[in-house]
Amino acid sequence: MSPASTIRFYQTGSIAVGNRLLDPDQRSVQADEQRSNAITCGHRACQGCGEALGARYALDAAMRATGGRMIAANATGCLEVFSTPYPESSWRLPWIHSLFANAPAVSTGIAAALRAKGLDRDIRVVGQGGDGGTVDIGMACLSGMFERGDDVLYICYDNEAYMNTGVQRSGATPPAARTTTTPAVGPAPGASFTQGKSAPLIAMAHEIPYVATATVAELRDLEAKVATAMTMRGPRYLHVFVPCPLGWGSDPRETIHVARLAQQSGLFPVFEAHDGEVTGVTPIRRQVPVEDYLRTQARFAHLFKPQPHTETIARIQAQADRNIRRFGLLPDVQGGS
Amino acid sequence: MQQQIEGSRAVADAVALCRPEVVCAYPISPQTHIVERLARLVSGGELAPCEYVNVESEFAAMSVAIGACATGARAYTATASQGLLYMSEALYNASGLGLPIVMTVANRAIGAPINIWNDHSDSMSQRDCGWIQLYAQSNQHALDLHIQAYRLAEELSAPVMVCMDGFILTHAVERVDMPSQADVDAWLPPFAPRQRLDPDEPITIGAMVGPEAFMEVKYLAHAKQLQALESIPRVACEFRDAFGRDAGEAVGGAGTVGGGGSDGAGGATGATTGGAGETAGLITTYRSEDAETIVVALGSVIGTIEDTVDELRAEGVSVGVVGITSFRPFPLHAVRAALAHATRVVVLEKALAVGLGGIVADNVHTALAGRSAHIHTVIAGLGGRPIVKASLRAMLADAVADRLEQLTFMDMDWNIVERELQRMRASRASGPHAENILRDIGTVAAGPV
Repeated sequence: MSPASTIRFYQTGSIAVGNRLLDPDQRSVQADEQRSNAITCGHRACQGCGEALGARYALDAAMRATGGRMIAANATGCLEVFSTPYPESSWRLPWIHSLFANAPAVSTGIAAALRAKGLDRDIRVVGQGGDGGTVDIGMACLSGMFERGDDVLYICYDNEAYMNTGVQRSGATPPAARTTTTPAVGPAPGASFTQGKSAPLIAMAHEIPYVATATVAELRDLEAKVATAMTMRGPRYLHVFVPCPLGWGSDPRETIHVARLAQQSGLFPVFEAHDGEVTGVTPIRRQVPVEDYLRTQARFAHLFKPQPHTETIARIQAQADRNIRRFGLLPDVQGGS
Repeated sequence: MQQQIEGSRAVADAVALCRPEVVCAYPISPQTHIVERLARLVSGGELAPCEYVNVESEFAAMSVAIGACATGARAYTATASQGLLYMSEALYNASGLGLPIVMTVANRAIGAPINIWNDHSDSMSQRDCGWIQLYAQSNQHALDLHIQAYRLAEELSAPVMVCMDGFILTHAVERVDMPSQADVDAWLPPFAPRQRLDPDEPITIGAMVGPEAFMEVKYLAHAKQLQALESIPRVACEFRDAFGRDAGEAVGGAGTVGGGGSDGAGGATGATTGGAGETAGLITTYRSEDAETIVVALGSVIGTIEDTVDELRAEGVSVGVVGITSFRPFPLHAVRAALAHATRVVVLEKALAVGLGGIVADNVHTALAGRSAHIHTVIAGLGGRPIVKASLRAMLADAVADRLEQLTFMDMDWNIVERELQRMRASRASGPHAENILRDIGTVAAGPV
């Protein structure tokens, strides 16, 4: 366990003031002026982009853990597009973008080359992509990377739709959410209620060494999980919840708050799993009804007009309650995990 | 060293001699024997340091090769047919990123209807993906082209596809001359990549490029292929200097590229030439210098055509053969020169551009722009239909008598086609073509129509 994982701040804004009270070696990677700035300033992400924030924290933490000895492979998507408008690049580490669906397989190839060259003890590999590139079109490559045991940390930045192409539904889009391909019209507006597609649970089913979820509301937790992942070998999977102000219709300055509400409502469970077994959860400190979360975003606005669609909201609340039971997110609500 | 081995094994052993560092593949007939052999060599430690990655698809196979090659490793994969189509997106990516991956394509038809046998539909469909495409005429030729391919690929920073006829070559046991490891080591230096993912010198590979630079980047891919038109003959000549024979030439035998079939039959006058100087490695010629009618073809069928040419020459018919080894880049000048004196050109090809006719013929047309020669397209051997001497003789007899139509289909059963066309005219719900035709010819039991 890295020191950061034992330190938690209850943030009320986006500034972790408590950082300054710590010894320098216990402060966050981002507080370190020697941080790598793996994805540096000047990129073209939108205001309030959760993905840019998540990638910055995750990669700098990985760079610290590896001493800067790291190669990244990126799927097509917002992160790739906003970071590399030719001839500019925000990447200050060796970085390759190949295709939409193949970031896990390209990562495998990098890892195989490093092994063949005897460099795998020195240089580590991180693959990354959005939810579309991970849970939909890239799922086959991701699953192959998991089952083969390839030495790669794969990070999914989940903003719950195809944002780069203009907010179309993905396999990670939640029920009732409005996207451009699940419009808020007709008798069942927004995305349909399905059994869902949890990439972290799918990853756990491969019994890989490490699976974790995180949000940009708990950036110390994200850093700690990256640090933990980099102490291990083999396939590791990190699923980061990253609000998208443009696609979700949320206020750009509310990105952290929206992410926190997702966790505190139970809609996005934050947990860790080793070898396919859940080993730790971030408990909900102050539970909020899902309605508080839904109301922050225009993609759910149709649920409240002209009056609240109580039945639909109750179905979403039931999903949050199931997560709370399943992962034991409230200390007094024990459930099987 | 002379060995009597299967074509797949010859290719696998040739790849092994090139010391690949990452081999990744997904099984598809008729490519499997190649990668099975390599898996065995890697597992046994004979290729160390080399990683063998069992991937979950051809798309992943090419993607793993992309990642490995971008990290500076010599990478190899092999596929065929549907598998080549499944990796198509990654093929364009590998060439666009300038990654010198070498891949074997064990040429096989594309469905539907599903068919595992040989034709060139697969690699022809990917002719514009930016890879160099070399077509082997024999197992020896395939073996030698793989050794040349790594030199070419790494010199040019461009990927190379070596195409060899599925089953006809991959599963045929023939005598081949296997170079020694020392000779290949002396010929092929370690891979020195143009670009490499390296923490000591971080670079960005695969950035987004807009209209301001995209045409220039694409032109560079074309320029690289034009450069390959000069590199291929030079590498072919250097190969001859290093190994004491042309690619595909059997040691101690007549100079043949087209397989054992033409051994002896052609005699001294019938030696295939791999082309001297500037056409070496691009095309092969066989009794074509003074021929009035020249057949243009690719791959293993050239051996059968050469045998037929020998028979017709003995009867006083003026025919010859031009084989295209490098289909991409397409050697326009070499083809134009080789066909300079022909009055008739018959392009025999194992692929069909539906809605047009011949793919190779279309390229030959470009090579002969402004020339008056009659150019015929003969579509033959689709889905593994044998191309036999009797049919070639009949076709060439028509050609020489100026009776051959511009586009013909060798050994087509037009009765079957007409029956199915009638069925379609009679009823919109005429059912699936392939199943109807199989029922017509009695391959499957007659059932309710």
